[in-house]
Amino acid sequence: MSTAVKERQAGGGAPQIGGASIHPADRNFRWLVIAAGVTVLVIMAAIAVFLVVKSIPAITTNSTSMWATEQWAPDSDPPSWGIAVLIFGTLWTAVIAMIIAMPIGVGTALFISFYASPRLSTALGFVVDLLAAVPSIIFGLWGLYFFMPQIVPLSQWLATYFGWIPIFENSQDLYTKSILIAGLVLAIMVLPTVSAISREVFLQVPKGHVESSLALGATRWEMIRMAVLPFSRGGVVSAAMLGLGRALGETIAVALILSAVFEINWQITEPGGNSIAANIALKWGEAGINGRSALIATGLVLFAITLAVNMTARWIVDRRKEFSGAN
Amino acid sequence: MAACSSTTSSSSSSSAGASGAGASTGDITCVDGAIQASGSSAQANAITDWVNAYQTACPGSTIDYQPVGSGAGVQAFISKQVSFAGTDSAVKDADLAKAAAVCANGGAGINIPLVGGAIAVAYNLDGVDGLVLNSETVAGIFANTITKWNDPAIVATNPNATLPDATIAQFHRSDSSGTTDNFTSYLTATAPTTWTYGSGKDWMAPGGQGSKGSDQVIASVSQTPSSIGYVELSYVLDATGAKAAAIDNGGGAVEATSENAATTIAAATVTGTGDDLTLKIDYTTKEPGAYPIVLVTYEFTCQSGLAADKNPALVQAFLGYGASDAGQANLVSTGYVPITGDLMTKVRAAIASIQTA
Repeated sequence: MSTAVKERQAGGGAPQIGGASIHPADRNFRWLVIAAGVTVLVIMAAIAVFLVVKSIPAITTNSTSMWATEQWAPDSDPPSWGIAVLIFGTLWTAVIAMIIAMPIGVGTALFISFYASPRLSTALGFVVDLLAAVPSIIFGLWGLYFFMPQIVPLSQWLATYFGWIPIFENSQDLYTKSILIAGLVLAIMVLPTVSAISREVFLQVPKGHVESSLALGATRWEMIRMAVLPFSRGGVVSAAMLGLGRALGETIAVALILSAVFEINWQITEPGGNSIAANIALKWGEAGINGRSALIATGLVLFAITLAVNMTARWIVDRRKEFSGAN
Repeated sequence: MAACSSTTSSSSSSSAGASGAGASTGDITCVDGAIQASGSSAQANAITDWVNAYQTACPGSTIDYQPVGSGAGVQAFISKQVSFAGTDSAVKDADLAKAAAVCANGGAGINIPLVGGAIAVAYNLDGVDGLVLNSETVAGIFANTITKWNDPAIVATNPNATLPDATIAQFHRSDSSGTTDNFTSYLTATAPTTWTYGSGKDWMAPGGQGSKGSDQVIASVSQTPSSIGYVELSYVLDATGAKAAAIDNGGGAVEATSENAATTIAAATVTGTGDDLTLKIDYTTKEPGAYPIVLVTYEFTCQSGLAADKNPALVQAFLGYGASDAGQANLVSTGYVPITGDLMTKVRAAIASIQTA
């Protein structure tokens, strides 16, 4: 589709510029960027084709419903496996992570952009970016050995005083390896994404809006609420979506921290949870031929989910643009 | 990591000073060349020790074993990338057909049991030493029907211990593993009414907490008071906060040791055909001093028809060293379990039957 558009622009548009022929460097560069763009499409198509082809054997031999089964036994005879638990776990952990990360990430970005002194804001921005450079295995080990024991009292407190809310209920009286802990670690991991993009978006807010609202007597909070946030809503949403994409696909940290059970559980303070990416990491090494195919099928579903998330993000950003008042 | 476990190999390698292909006084027959192998991570430390000893004695040979997991190892063998695959459960059925297709001229693919192991039930309970469990209590704990340490069933086998009224924090493997496969096979065979989740590489029972790999399971048990988990014997020998429970197999309490586990493995029956030594372990053994929760890991290769570039002669020589007295003695010092008795005779015959040309 996009190539057709380019073709038309190139074919019809170029001669109109003074009728002169296109400079060779110009032509070469055009081909170069087309090649770059096509490469991305080819890679994505290759991934999609690989996932579909490799997952078909397991999907066709599955003796139970791929969507409803709450167990993972693709190598048994007959094979029986389902991805409901994995989809739920992936989304639920990521949602918990985003609920925690969004206020902190956007808050950090606002602080850096509008409150901190220039020197502090540079330093803080640097530290937040540094967080993105920490490998996820480090987050996993840190979460498992250092962070988890610190969070257990919080989980106990939540279960004791808010246990009447179903998601905080803890019938096992165990507080480790929970979705809450995985969500917290994931939140820290997506924080730099959310914060860095929000910061960029806040920088785009026209100086005129900011200064005129202050000149009209607005407090700093009113300025942020009435000038900054409405303008940057679309950008912040896309920051959230990109962060969500990272949270959905995170593998090794989740695999280390979660207890990885094969049942749907909402309870975030007790051991449990699972995710598509973590499940692949945990099962791949010992999986048989059909097991691998089934794991690839779950990868296909994750691919589709991530695609859907990104497309939703685009759609929201495009829609918001019209109402942002920026034009 | 490999360096710290390889000190025991010096005695065997020093005796094999021969160069070239001549079989010398030692157990090592040198064959030049290089082979690649991959598979089970459970036997990785044993293989690493053997590789170090073999390569020290035979500078002309290189053996590269990648502990990528049993499934991945068998896959690598099927796609003709490796000379032999290490696997926690014998290659059989559909996989065997695919793997045997690698062997030219209709050669058979054979499973050779070479490294035994014991699965210890590791616990961390303040003030309790020498915990004794039986198959029913182990099954109950891991099936979540026994949830307190002072459950009457546990008290019954530990009359002299002061068991606290604490919730049992139970840890299992969250990743697929041969350890889980063998452990659940044991539970299925010995406590079928309590353990109703069948056997397999993936943990199927509800409750408890999953940890990735034996290293994380033992770390979780060591770290968590009032906890229990199952790991290969070597992990609990190295652990500081966790101890191995003795198992009462019906013939009295048996400590988890290499010697006690070897007794059970030696009594296994061969179910494979010909020189394929696929084993069936008798988990329900009541023999005094036979530790019942054991596993056997296999090396899978072609009896004949292995491609020349896969160097079948070196495969035979290397596996032959593993099956030698020196090779098997190495296993004990690293927490593995040797193959003994008649079974060892069959193993050596199977390795000798590998066609090298």
